[in-house]
Amino acid sequence: MAGIDVGGTFTDLLLLDGAGGGAVRIAKTPTTSDNQSHGVMAALAQANFPVAEIDLIVHGTTTTTNAVLERRLARTGMITTRGFRDVIELGRRTRPQAYGMTGVFRPVIPRDLRLEVDERVEASGRVREPLDEGGMRRAVRVLLDAGCEALVIHFLHSYANPAHERRAAEIAAAIWPNGHITTGHSLLSEAREFERGVTASVNAAVQPILERYVARLRQDLEARGYRRDFLVMNGNGGMISARFVTREAAKTVMSGPASGVIAAAYTGRRAGYDNLVTYDMGGTSTDVALIRNAEPAVSNEIEIEYAMPIHLPMVAVHTVGAGGGSIARVDASGLIQVGPESAGANPGPICYGRGGTDPTITDANLVLGRLDPQKLLSVENPVTVEAVRAVFEERIGRATHLDGVAAAGAVLRLGNIKMAGAIRMVSVSRGHDPRDFTLFAFGGAGPLHASALARELGLPRVLVPARPGITNALGCVVADMRHDFVNTVNQPVAALDEARMRAVLARHRAEGEGLIAKEAISPERIRVSHSADMQFVGQTHLINVPLPSAEITRAMLQELFEKAYFARFKVALPEIRASLVNLNTSVTGVRPAIDLSRLIDPAGRAATLEGARREVRPVWFDGVWHDTPIYEREKLPLDAALEGPAILEQMDATTVLEPGDHAWSDADGNIIVEVGR
Amino acid sequence: MSLDAITLSVIQAALQQTCDEMDLAFSRAAFSPVIAEANDRSDGIYSAVDGSLIAQGSEGLPVFVGVMQHSTRTIIEMIADGRVLPPEEGDVYIVNDPYLGGTHLMDVRFAMPVWRGGKIFCWLSNTGHWPDIGGSVPGGFSASATAVEQEGLRLPPVKLFKKGAMDPEIYAIICSNIRVADQRIGDIRAQAAALNVGQERLFQILDRYGDETVVAAIAELRRRAAEQMRAHIAALPEGNWQARAYVDSDGVVNEPLTIALTVEKQGDTLVFDFSGSSKPCAGPMNSVLATTLSAVYLAMRHIFPNVPISAGAFEPLVVRRPEGTFLDAKYPRPVSGCAAEVSQRIAEAVFAAMVQAAPDRVTAAPAGSSGNFALGGNDPARGRDYVMYQISGGGYGGNAGHDGLSNGCSTIGISKSPPVEIMEQAYPVLYRRYALREGSGGAGKQRGGFGLAYEIELLRGEARASFVMDHGRFGPQGALGGRDGMVNTVTVFRDGQAHVPPHLSKEQDIPLRAGDRVLVGTPGGGGYGDPFERDPQLVLRDVSLGYYTRRQAAELFGVAIAEAGVDLAETERLRRE
Repeated sequence: MAGIDVGGTFTDLLLLDGAGGGAVRIAKTPTTSDNQSHGVMAALAQANFPVAEIDLIVHGTTTTTNAVLERRLARTGMITTRGFRDVIELGRRTRPQAYGMTGVFRPVIPRDLRLEVDERVEASGRVREPLDEGGMRRAVRVLLDAGCEALVIHFLHSYANPAHERRAAEIAAAIWPNGHITTGHSLLSEAREFERGVTASVNAAVQPILERYVARLRQDLEARGYRRDFLVMNGNGGMISARFVTREAAKTVMSGPASGVIAAAYTGRRAGYDNLVTYDMGGTSTDVALIRNAEPAVSNEIEIEYAMPIHLPMVAVHTVGAGGGSIARVDASGLIQVGPESAGANPGPICYGRGGTDPTITDANLVLGRLDPQKLLSVENPVTVEAVRAVFEERIGRATHLDGVAAAGAVLRLGNIKMAGAIRMVSVSRGHDPRDFTLFAFGGAGPLHASALARELGLPRVLVPARPGITNALGCVVADMRHDFVNTVNQPVAALDEARMRAVLARHRAEGEGLIAKEAISPERIRVSHSADMQFVGQTHLINVPLPSAEITRAMLQELFEKAYFARFKVALPEIRASLVNLNTSVTGVRPAIDLSRLIDPAGRAATLEGARREVRPVWFDGVWHDTPIYEREKLPLDAALEGPAILEQMDATTVLEPGDHAWSDADGNIIVEVGR
Repeated sequence: MSLDAITLSVIQAALQQTCDEMDLAFSRAAFSPVIAEANDRSDGIYSAVDGSLIAQGSEGLPVFVGVMQHSTRTIIEMIADGRVLPPEEGDVYIVNDPYLGGTHLMDVRFAMPVWRGGKIFCWLSNTGHWPDIGGSVPGGFSASATAVEQEGLRLPPVKLFKKGAMDPEIYAIICSNIRVADQRIGDIRAQAAALNVGQERLFQILDRYGDETVVAAIAELRRRAAEQMRAHIAALPEGNWQARAYVDSDGVVNEPLTIALTVEKQGDTLVFDFSGSSKPCAGPMNSVLATTLSAVYLAMRHIFPNVPISAGAFEPLVVRRPEGTFLDAKYPRPVSGCAAEVSQRIAEAVFAAMVQAAPDRVTAAPAGSSGNFALGGNDPARGRDYVMYQISGGGYGGNAGHDGLSNGCSTIGISKSPPVEIMEQAYPVLYRRYALREGSGGAGKQRGGFGLAYEIELLRGEARASFVMDHGRFGPQGALGGRDGMVNTVTVFRDGQAHVPPHLSKEQDIPLRAGDRVLVGTPGGGGYGDPFERDPQLVLRDVSLGYYTRRQAAELFGVAIAEAGVDLAETERLRRE
C-alpha cells in the first residue's frame, strides 16, 4: 500500500511492499500546485514500483486548503432566510488583532450571489412562516443564470428543524445541473448561524474543485493501471473513500496537519509514549497538537483564518506563526525580536540563495553549524556561511554589541523561547503537567529545535521518528476509517433522561458502523469511543470528558466531569450544577497494524557508532563552539546510544542533540532523547 | 548589574507569556460570558514600589490597558497611609471603586502581592467585568443614573482572600448586593486562580534568572519601551493637531458633550490637552481619570501596535489632567458609561488628531460604540424573568491601505457578538433582520466599513428596552477629505407607532408588549481621503454588491454607473463639477 501526502512544498510518498517482506520505498517530489496530481504521479514514478500492483492508495491533499486560503473557489451561490443573507459577511463583530483598527475580509460567497427567500423556523423548531417554494425556485434560477456551480441553502434554526432546508434542497435539485448543493444542517447540526453558514459555504465552494481533482487523479492512476478505489484523508484524522469524499469536502480542508498527528499518535503508541505534544516546524508556521492516551485531541471549533471558522470535528492542530523563515531584527528600543514577519518560501532564508536578505532562524542554524554548510552548495545561487554571518553581525550584532555568531546564537535562543511560549499556550498551559509529555518532533526543521524546546517547556524527552520528513505520508498509511457524530443536549445533568442519552450514543454507533460497511476495504475491527462536552451551568467554555462506555448514568457523568474539571483548573465547585452540552461518538474502523521497523532499511545500518559517523565539526552551543560528531541517521546501529552534543543528518531532516542529552534508538528506528537539564 | 541583549529579550518574552497565561486561565475558567466569551478582562504585573505597569496580557480587553496600574498604585498608597490593612502572604484585595483608579463598578479588580524572601517583589492584578454589581439596572448600564450609588455596590480595597482562604463574610456582603449571585463564586475562583497561575510562572522566571537580574531587566525594559515610543513620536512631523469628538448626551440632559483635544509634539513626547471639553455631566457619561488616560493609551497602541504595553511606553505620552471637565469625574458623579462609550469618543478624538500627523498609520473614525441594547422582562411561557444583552459592532474607518472592515468590534473591546440563534433560544424574541447596513460606510478614497441593521420583535409578555449607544447625533468622522459614516439610529415600534429616543442613542426602560419591535442601525466607519479619488471600478463593485445605490455612487463618489459599467465620460463630468 502507498500513502501519498501533498504538502505545501513537497509531495511525499511512502510505499510498503507487503510482498517484498515489508520493504519500504520513499519518494519526495516538488508539489505541483496547479494540479497536484502531476506531483503525485511523479512521486509514484520515483518510487519505481508498478502502480497496478499497489493494492491501496491513501491520499492526503491540500487542494481544498489552498482553494480556501487563496480564494480560488468555485462560483457559489447562497440562499438564506429573508433578512439574513449577510450573516457570513458580518461575522461576530471581530477584528483580526486586538490592537490596530485595520484589516481585510473577503466572504467566501460575494454579496450579489447571496439571495433570500421567505421562510422562518423558530428556535423551538416550530415553523413560523412556510417556505415560499416559488420564491425558492426563482432564486435558484437566478443563481444558476449568474454562473454558479455550487449552492448553499442556509436557513435559521435548521439544526432544530431541517424540514425547510430539506424541501428547499429538493426544489433546487430538480433545477441544479449537478449535485453540488449543501444544506447548512447536513454538515453541522448546531446553533450559531455564522459558524454553520461559513462551514456550509466553504463546503460548497470547494466541492466542485475537490471533485475535479479526485476525477483527474483517478484518471491518471487508471492510466497507470491502478483501478481500485483510493482513500482520502479527512481533517478528523480518518480516511474516506474517494467516491464519498466530495459530499463533505470541507472536512478535507485541514487534513494535511491531521495526518501528521495521526502518524505521531501511531508511532508514539508503538514506542510506548502515549502522551505527546506534536510539533511540525515548517518555513512560515509551526503546527502543534496534543495527544493524550494515544488519542489526538479533536476540536469542533477550528478557525482557518480570520473570521473563517470551520466547525466540524477535526484534529485540534494549532498553528503558531513562527518557523524557519521567521525574520530576526532589532527593534527601535534595541531589543532583538524574532518574527512574526517571515521570509516564507520565497525568497526564503538568505541561505536558500533565492535572493533573501533578511536573517532568519534557518540562517542562524547554519551560522551556528547546526545545518550542514555543504548543503549550501546545492542551491541555485550559493551564499557562503561567511556572508550569512556578516548579515547577522550587521543587522543584529551592531546594535546589541554581539559578533555574527553570538548574534545568530541570540536569534536562535529567542526564536526557541518565542516558539516554546506559543506551544505552551496551546498545549501544556491547558492544565496538563509537562512532565507527562514527550515532544514529538517532525517536519524538516522540527528535530533541529526539539531538544532546546523540550527544555524550555519542561518536557523530559523528545521522540524523533525514523522519517521526520515524511510523517504526513506515514499518517496516510496508518490512518483508520473514522466517522464522528455530535448531538447537542444542553441540559443539566440532574434533569437528563438516561435511556434517551444511551439511545443517542447507540444511534451514533449504528450510523458509523453502517458508513464503514460501505467502504471498499474492510477494517480489522471497529472501535467506538464516546465522550461528553460538559460545563457548569452558566459557563460557556466546554470540557471534553471521555466516557468509559455508552451505558451512562447521571451520577457517572457528574463524577467524571468534576474530576476532569478539577484536573484542568484546580478548582472544585460543589455549589454549582453540571450540565451536559454535547454527546459525541467516534466510530473507527481500525486497519491492520503496520510494522514501522523497516522505515529505515536495516541492511544499511552500520555495526558500530563510529561506522555511522560522517565527520566532526564545530557547532555552537550555549556560547561555545563544541567539536560535535555528525552521524548519518540511517547508518546508526539499531542499539545506538548517543550523548549530546551530536547531530544526526538524514535526507530531509537534521536532529540536534544538545550537550547533556542522552539518546538512543528503538526498534522502529525512532530516536528517543532524554533531555539534559 | 549588567544585562546582555539576549537575557533582556528572553525576560521580556517570559513576562509577556506569564500575563498571556493568566488571561487564558481567567477566561477558560470563568462563568460570566462577559469574561469567558467576550474576554472582558485583563491581567498584568505591576511594580511593588508604585504599581506602574511591568507587563500586561496581549489579549486583554484594550480599555484596561492603563487602568490597573492606577488601582494598584492606589492600593499601595492606601496601605502606606494606613487606610487599608497591610498585606500578608496569600492575601488578595478586591476593589471596584471607580474613583480609586478604575472604570465603572462592573469592572472588579483583584490585586495580589507576590512575595520573595518576606518582601513584596511585585503585584499581580486582574480585572473582570462582572455581569451584575447591583444598582438600579440589571447589568449596571444605566442610561439615567445621577449618582454612583444608583449604579451599584462600591468596594474599597478590602482583602477578599486572607492567607489564601476566601473571607466568607465579605463574600456574603457581595452576594447580598448583586443579582444572579450564585454563579459569582465561579468567577471569583477563576479570577483568583489566574493570579496564582501568574505567580507560579513568575517564580519559575525568578528561580531561573535570579531576582536581581529580573529586577534589572524590568527597569531596562521600561526604559527601552519608552525609547521605542519616543522613536515613533520623533518620526512624526513637528506641530500640534486639534480634534473634537462628541458624546450624543449624558442620558439625562439632552445636549452633546464635547471632547476638545489638542495634541502637541514636544520633541519626543506628545502632550494631550483636553482643555475646553465639557463640564462634568449629570448623567452617567462621566469618565474617571484612570479611564481617560487608558483611552489615550489604547488609542496610541492601536496606532503603534508593536510597542509593548508597559509603563515605559506611556511615559512619553503626557496627558494634562483634564480637571473641571467630564473626563475627570469625582465622587459621586455617575460613571457607568465611561468604559463603554466615553472612552471610545476619547480614542476617536486621538485618532482624528493623529491622522493629521501620521496619515499612513491612523484610520478615519471607527463606529466606536459598544452598542448596548438591554431588554429585561418576564417570559410567560417559561415563567421567569430575563435580561438580554445585544451588543453590536459597526464599520471601521477607511485608511491609507484599505477600506474599513464592516461590523467590527468596539474600539475598546475584543468581544464577539452573540449569534441570533442563541439569543432566540434564550429569550422570547424574534430577529426579523440581521443585515449589513447599506450605504452606511462613509465615502472616501478608501471608504468606511458598514454598520449593522437589525430588527427584533418581542414575541411574548412585557419587557423594558434600554439603550446605551452613541454617534446618534454625529457620525464617525471622516479623515483627510473623507465623509462621516452614517449615524446610529434607534427606532422602537410600539403598537405600530414609531418612537425615536429623544436622546437618539440612549434611553432607559421603554415599555414593550408582544409584537412591538426594535430597529437599530449601527454607525458606518468614516471615509478616508477624497471620495472623488476613489477608483470608479471599486465604486462599480460596491454598487453591484448592493453596498451603495447608483444614486449614492453619483452623489457621494461622483461615479456614473450605466448598465454596461462605469460611464467614464459622465463620471469625469460629475467629478469636475
